[in-house]
Amino acid sequence: MLLFLLRRIGAGVVLVWVIATLTFFLTSLTGSDPGRRILGPTADLEAVAAKRAELGLDRPVLERYRDWLTGAVHGDLGVSWFTNEPVGRLVGDALPVSLSLVLAATVLTAVVSVVLGVVAAVRGGWLDGLLQSVSIVAFAVPNFLVGLVLSLVFAVQLGVFPALGYTPLAQDPGRWLASIALPAIALAIGAIATVATQTRGSMIDVLGQDYVRTLRSRGLPTRSVVLKHALRNAAPTSLTVLSLQFIALISGAVVIEKVFGLSGLGERATSAAGQGDVPLVLGIVVVAVLVVVVVNIVVDIALGWLNPKVRIA
Amino acid sequence: MSILSASGPAGPAPVEVLATPARAGAVRRLLGNPVAVGALVWLVLIAVLAVLAPLLTSQSPTASKITEALAPVGGDHPLGTDGVGRDVWAQLLYGARTSLVGSLTVVVVALLLGLPAGVLAGYYRGWFDAVASWVASLLMALPAIIVLLVVLAQFGRSTALAMAVFGVIIAPGVFRLVRASVLAVREELFVDAARVAGLSDARIMRRHVLPVVVPPTVIQVSQLLGIAIVIQAGLEFLGLGSANQASWGGMLSDAFQNIYAQPRLLLWPGLAIVLTVTAFGLLGNALRDALGVSGRVPRVRRRGATTPPAVLPADEAAPAPAVDPDALLALGGLRVAYPGPDGTEREVVHGVSLTVRRGEVVGLVGESGSGKSQTAFAVLGLLPPEARTSAATMTFDGADLRGLSPAAMNRLRGRRIGYIPQEPMSNLDPSFTIGSQLTEPMRHHLGLSGAEARTRALALLDRVGIPDPARVFGSYPHQVSGGMAQRVLIAGAVSCDPDLLIADEPTTALDVTVQAEVLDLIRELQAERRLGVLLVTHDFGVVADVCDTVVVMREGRVVESAEAERLFADPQHEYTRMLLGSTLEDTPARGSLPASDLHPEEIAVPLPTAGGNR
Repeated sequence: MLLFLLRRIGAGVVLVWVIATLTFFLTSLTGSDPGRRILGPTADLEAVAAKRAELGLDRPVLERYRDWLTGAVHGDLGVSWFTNEPVGRLVGDALPVSLSLVLAATVLTAVVSVVLGVVAAVRGGWLDGLLQSVSIVAFAVPNFLVGLVLSLVFAVQLGVFPALGYTPLAQDPGRWLASIALPAIALAIGAIATVATQTRGSMIDVLGQDYVRTLRSRGLPTRSVVLKHALRNAAPTSLTVLSLQFIALISGAVVIEKVFGLSGLGERATSAAGQGDVPLVLGIVVVAVLVVVVVNIVVDIALGWLNPKVRIA
Repeated sequence: MSILSASGPAGPAPVEVLATPARAGAVRRLLGNPVAVGALVWLVLIAVLAVLAPLLTSQSPTASKITEALAPVGGDHPLGTDGVGRDVWAQLLYGARTSLVGSLTVVVVALLLGLPAGVLAGYYRGWFDAVASWVASLLMALPAIIVLLVVLAQFGRSTALAMAVFGVIIAPGVFRLVRASVLAVREELFVDAARVAGLSDARIMRRHVLPVVVPPTVIQVSQLLGIAIVIQAGLEFLGLGSANQASWGGMLSDAFQNIYAQPRLLLWPGLAIVLTVTAFGLLGNALRDALGVSGRVPRVRRRGATTPPAVLPADEAAPAPAVDPDALLALGGLRVAYPGPDGTEREVVHGVSLTVRRGEVVGLVGESGSGKSQTAFAVLGLLPPEARTSAATMTFDGADLRGLSPAAMNRLRGRRIGYIPQEPMSNLDPSFTIGSQLTEPMRHHLGLSGAEARTRALALLDRVGIPDPARVFGSYPHQVSGGMAQRVLIAGAVSCDPDLLIADEPTTALDVTVQAEVLDLIRELQAERRLGVLLVTHDFGVVADVCDTVVVMREGRVVESAEAERLFADPQHEYTRMLLGSTLEDTPARGSLPASDLHPEEIAVPLPTAGGNR
């Protein structure tokens, strides 16, 4: 198990490194002159050249890459070209907002999907048909559209939730929850459709297994057969799908943040990308991939724990 | 915006594909499905509107006139104007162009990369598979929108570029699906045979591999088209689409700016996106049905998967056999039927009657498909939910089993009726220890504490002949052998001191050496506890070894039922004679010995089975 974990961590480090390197060279070797971009079209050539030198862009790209990588390994992601603030702090400020949103949506997805998937698999009939139809539509609605409608109804018309803005958890847990409730629901809809459908499928699979019949032959209550035994055996599939959905949720959060005026990573990424703030873009990509890698390792540990064959080996 | 979900769970999705002839009628089947026709009509309509946009409106979708901002419906503007005075109807038409072109770009790129890579990786495996799979997992770990932001930051706002890059990001979904399909077919017989026949790889691929790859890919393409529209709308909503190009996402962005002043603006682009993406999704599902590709999930409408079917009293006045006062289990006129695909019922058990007395071992014998297992499961109430069961008599220890509530049936199952399954390894829950599976019913039925149940379970494991009970108690099913697992299941069946044991081919799946030991164990336990046993088997050797009475079934009917000795000595029914004959055919003892004098080992030759009965 320890070896398995070390291998996964090693693979994760390699993944972050590969992505960071690709992004570095993509952003360093292409695009318009950063000095020109920062100073604007009216600046004279000398000022642009001076700016380039100030940013160290006159040095060979491999040297810049080495410096950036050395810094990044020590936790220093450089300085924003536009605000001169450390990228680490800019990302660090925005991360809690995005993580709150994505993790809340993940928890919501996990809970609702398991309930819906299990109920549809166990009860069958019209309820199952309804879930299947609704999930096709839920999958088709862009989550920012759901966000817009939720915002329109619950924030603008009814005023029960704030339409915009984020309250940190440490400041006021109740208002924190209120500030991320609508965005998290909007974000989770598509993921719920996907994970619930998968959970339903794997539950139906498991409920058809021989050992489920044997457990029932022992006179165990349906509750134990379904919720303890069948769900436990169906869990790995759902967890795997959920971990893939987590990546999709990070993607979706970028757009949802705009709808609800949350200044998270997505908002930072959108404006940094728009301006061409290369160090900030790089920092955001590294942090986003790092989050994905950490979550994947956690999921792998959970999958290993769920599977006795892996756990014991 | 659940991107990447089209690629499904991380493992290769098992895909079953019918043979090529099934595709001949695919188009006809597709057009016979009203949902598919509806989806197709909508998509064709959108495509026509997109192509004919210049004929359908004289307005420019991008010309803004601040003086006409948020103009109402009517006049020059059939759907009004947006926040900067652009015509909504014109934007909707030209936006359809943008959406369709963008989603086609995604699909073309994803197919160009994913399809050949998937075929090559699945067919040749080796280093290419390793590298391609690694690249795929790398791409799948990337949040798509963040990558697109980086690319657009470098190369400027361009919807076409963004969609091409998204095609690359989503290509692993195609790659994995194609690879899994090719891997599945690669090992199949016809490919091996084709190789032996000396066909070239290219020909094998064209003739055998591609037909299997195409149907699931077509379905996935339909889903990808929808996903691409959603992702594109997201980018446009963020203001990262091409400038001066009408788009549905851009319309939503404008509607968002004016959400207080004119919420109606959300309606048209929102509806266009949702309906179009839903149409692609429904079309994908319809294609799945039409092409006969089934995922793992059965798509039939089902009743609940755990609601046991209630046994109904027989409606005809069947001559109920006189119930033996000694009977532990009395079954009269049992019928089991299943609904067929065309709505009619197909009966598989036609009025079976049998009696099991306390301390008696009754063998229920017949070939595969004779309905013997159906009969046993009907007694346990463990038939699949769609089964329809009725009986003139069905009593256990004098109590009527018909119409019993699931809860009442649960109090009998495990507590008073024990069950030993056929295949030991698939009948233990792989996720729980053997100890926990043994103690749970005892704690539930007998109200034992954890420690008491453990003591009792260890004693039971010892009793069934397991050498190191403590170790097995803490083991998971995959850590013990098949023979051990069957002993564990027998221990489980008798753990709550039942009166009746129902054993479904308890030795069929075991090695010959273990079979005799397990039979001995069942017989010992039966004698020790005066159990009534209903032993389902196709093996006359087993019958001769342990049964007092034999009931012979054929095609859902009892053809003969007699004491074991009498049946062996003097079989009455032609079918019984035939079964006995086929059992004895290859045994050296055949000849002058009367059947009843045979030693079980000598006649323990299983009946020829019609397949699948193990």
